[in-house]
Amino acid sequence: MIWFWVLIAGVVTFLTRYSMITFINPKTLSKTSKEVLKYVPSAVFPAIIFPAIFLDQEGYFLNSNSPQIWGFLIAAIFGYFFNNIILTIVSGLVSFWIFTFLF
Amino acid sequence: MKKLQILKKGFLDVMPLTIPVIPFGIIYGVIAIEIGLSPIVAFCMSFIIFAGSSQIAFAQLFSAGASPLVMISSVAVINSRHFLYGAVLSQYLNKLNYFWKILLGYLMTDQAFSVSLSYFKKNYKKKNAHFHMLGSGFTLWFLWQLSTLAGIILGNIVPEQLGLTFAIPLTFLSLIISELRKKDHLIVIAVSGLASLALYDFPFKIYIIVSAFLALGVSYILITKFKKILI
Repeated sequence: MIWFWVLIAGVVTFLTRYSMITFINPKTLSKTSKEVLKYVPSAVFPAIIFPAIFLDQEGYFLNSNSPQIWGFLIAAIFGYFFNNIILTIVSGLVSFWIFTFLF
Repeated sequence: MKKLQILKKGFLDVMPLTIPVIPFGIIYGVIAIEIGLSPIVAFCMSFIIFAGSSQIAFAQLFSAGASPLVMISSVAVINSRHFLYGAVLSQYLNKLNYFWKILLGYLMTDQAFSVSLSYFKKNYKKKNAHFHMLGSGFTLWFLWQLSTLAGIILGNIVPEQLGLTFAIPLTFLSLIISELRKKDHLIVIAVSGLASLALYDFPFKIYIIVSAFLALGVSYILITKFKKILI
């Protein structure tokens, strides 16, 4: 039986991905809709980032001394000034390691 | 540019974002086996469903004896952000034939969406721009299969102390880093982030899509009412 539900979950996941690509006709999108859609990354990604940085697995706020909060802040600062994907990730990870192993 | 060059560009652009994919895939493999899925089901889920957090939620709910309706609806809610990605990408992929739409739809992930969208914005006039998403999407797909297989067979081979799962929020941060300089985006980011913290306790990870819609609502208000002040 699990196979059946795995398949259904696969189909549902595929439809969430595929449906809008094919059913939306860009010509019929209003100018405002197109403008709003430009904000999709800025509207979706923070909702993935914030809980992963500031909350533990039970949903409680982490202590402000946690290495991951410092790692996140440093990554944000590096990212802001250098505007570089690799540097953002690496600076965050390295400072996370420094705060984890040294303090 | 030739098709192969564009494909390679997609591969290279997504590479830095794959750092957490490998430990995440391994974690999924380990969890799936620990909670009692058979190795073959655990592995096949990676290409049938091909969505990390949905697979983990599905496996956990299944082992907890949740009803199928709960399992499927939580997968749907967790993946509902893809509707938004699809709506954005439709502006660039709508003219492709069904084969391409199905293939690129199947390969759509947060990371592939983000890097290929940046490419499409700059190169929308190029005939073969969609090869970029084939490159980024396939790279992620391949690493996901490989790393879940590693987790299933080898167990947890990445030391937890490295905190590589922390790289997940970092890669998402890196994807919006260039928006931090824009006031309007900064407001949208803050609304989405704060809403997600407030709504985190609701079931099925519904906080992601609800926060996204709240933030898009704010962006609509910004566009229609505050455009002159902000931009």
